[in-house]
Order: sequence, then C-alpha cells, then structure tokens
Amino acid sequence: MTVAAGTHQRPGRLADFIDGARRGIPVTVASAPFGMLFGTLAVQNGLSVGEATLMSAMVFAGASQLVGLELFGQKIAPWLIVLSIFAVNFRHVLYSAALGRRLRHWSGLQRAVGFFFLTDAQYADGEKQALAGRLTFSWYMGYGLLLYLCWVAEAAIGATFGNLIPDPYALGLDFMLPIYFLGMVMGFRGRPLWLPVVGASAVTSTVAYYLVGSPWHVSIGAVAGVLLAAVLAPSGRRAGL
Amino acid sequence: MSTTVWIILAAAVVTYLTRIGGHVLLSRFQRIHPRVEAGLDAVPAAVLTTLVAPAAAGGGPIEWATLAVAGLVALRGGLTATFFAGAATLIVLRNVL
Repeated sequence: MTVAAGTHQRPGRLADFIDGARRGIPVTVASAPFGMLFGTLAVQNGLSVGEATLMSAMVFAGASQLVGLELFGQKIAPWLIVLSIFAVNFRHVLYSAALGRRLRHWSGLQRAVGFFFLTDAQYADGEKQALAGRLTFSWYMGYGLLLYLCWVAEAAIGATFGNLIPDPYALGLDFMLPIYFLGMVMGFRGRPLWLPVVGASAVTSTVAYYLVGSPWHVSIGAVAGVLLAAVLAPSGRRAGL
Repeated sequence: MSTTVWIILAAAVVTYLTRIGGHVLLSRFQRIHPRVEAGLDAVPAAVLTTLVAPAAAGGGPIEWATLAVAGLVALRGGLTATFFAGAATLIVLRNVL
C-alpha cells in the first residue's frame, strides 16, 4: 500500500505538520472542556495547580487522569491508583499494535517519541491518514503536539480558574466525550465486521461496567469485540476484501 | 517529593508502556495471522464503543436523545458536525427540560 504512495510527489514536512495540526482541531476543541474539567477537579481533590498540570503533561490520557483523581480523593494505596490508571490505559496496547503496522518507515527514535502522543483520537485519525496514503512523522506530530500543548494548558487554566464554571451539568461537560466517541465509532462503520464488533463491545462493556466496575469495562468490552472479529474473520484469505 | 508526585510519575511510566508496548510486542513477528489482523482492524470501533455504551446506559432520555441526534448526523456529516450537533442538543435539552 505504501509502495504506491511513495512514488507520488510528497508534500514537505512543514506542510505535513500543518495538515496534521489542522486535522487535530476538532478533537482539540472537543477535548478542551475535559482538559479544563480535569484541572478543576484536580484542585478540588487536593492537588496543587502544578501537580494537576504535571499530571496532564506526563500522563496525557484524560479518562485515566480522571479515574486517578477519583481515587486520590479516597484513601487508596498508591500502587492501586497506578494500577487503575494502567487498566484504563490498557487499550493503548491495542492501538500501539495496530498503528505500529503503519509506522514501519519511521526510525526507532521517531517511534519512541511518537508513541508518547498516542491517544484515542491520534490513533483513529492516524489510521485514517494511513489508509488515505501515508502517515508521516511530521503529520503525526502536528496532530499530536497541538492536542498535547492545549491539553497541558487547559489543565493549568482549569486548575487556576476552575471554580468559575457555574454549572458544569448545564453545559453538559460530563457527557461531551461520549458524544465525541460516538462520532468516531460511526466514522469506522465502513470497516468489515463493524456492526457485530460494536454490538459485542457495547453489550459486554455495559455488563462489565455494572458487574466488574469502572476502569475494567473498557478493556473487557474491547477484548470482546476484538475476539469476535478474530473469530468471524475468514482465515486464509486476507481479511476485509 | 510528595506521594502525589510519585504516583503521577509512576502513572506516566505505566501509561507510556501501554503506548509503546503493543508495537514492541507485535513487531517481533514477521508475519501477522489474518485473524490477528482482523482483530487489530476491529480495535478502534471496539474500544471507542466501550467509552459510549455504558455512559449511554447510565444516562436518561436527554442523553439518549443526544446520542440519537449525533448518530443520525454522523450518517451524513463528519466528526465535527456530529460532535457539535450532539453537544448543542444536550445543552439545549438540559437547560429547557
């Protein structure tokens, strides 16, 4: 696939970087409330402005940061908090394995740096970009750096001015991410086995959410969908043709 | 350093390991079995669904209406249109009802 793309005239690195950043605008806007919400909740849960900003800069994974905050608030052993964050972020293992197939033309250092910025959106849009032609390091970093720098700034802003949001519920802040993720799920509806995978993951994650509890339903539900796809896939032939 | 900072740093390390780990493990294999390939292709829809379904199940009529609007818009429009249509629906309904 990339062989054919390589023979075409390639845009420059800067153009690629800017194009990537442009593609990152929707998710940057969509995630902004959460970036600030995290900062606000962090301070309310006893973190300093500096600690809240540090967490966004070092972890850069919204859902897991919020789970971490919830646990900071309770009297829970530190290793258990770290384990919960690991559990929420475990889905990145799947992204990493999947996206790694598109990055064979990157250097080792580029991969080591690039994977730090691997988020749900980065993965999804990276896959799309790779299918459209070529996923360059410049494009990937344009997308990732925009999202990252805004995310860190939002934590600082949210932590500093967080108490100024009058009514987060009325602004729908608690439900913005599910809307965004639904849009992304719909964006993949052209893929083979999309409906059975979505159905299996929806049912399993919901059941797991009530039976097992919050961090784990993500990994459990995801594994159910992935396993179903593997079972239903025609073996021998290439899938998706 | 405070316990909080240590927890943050440890969380950063394990999170980075999840981000690079899948690739490091999978790149050891030269050829990828078609079933593994199909499984990996299913990853985005599978994972993203788990971030929607339980939230939808835990919501009420307002949240369901929001997702319905977003889902319908997604059939025609792109991600940005989908998100803003859903967000607008949610905010209006929560402030009117």
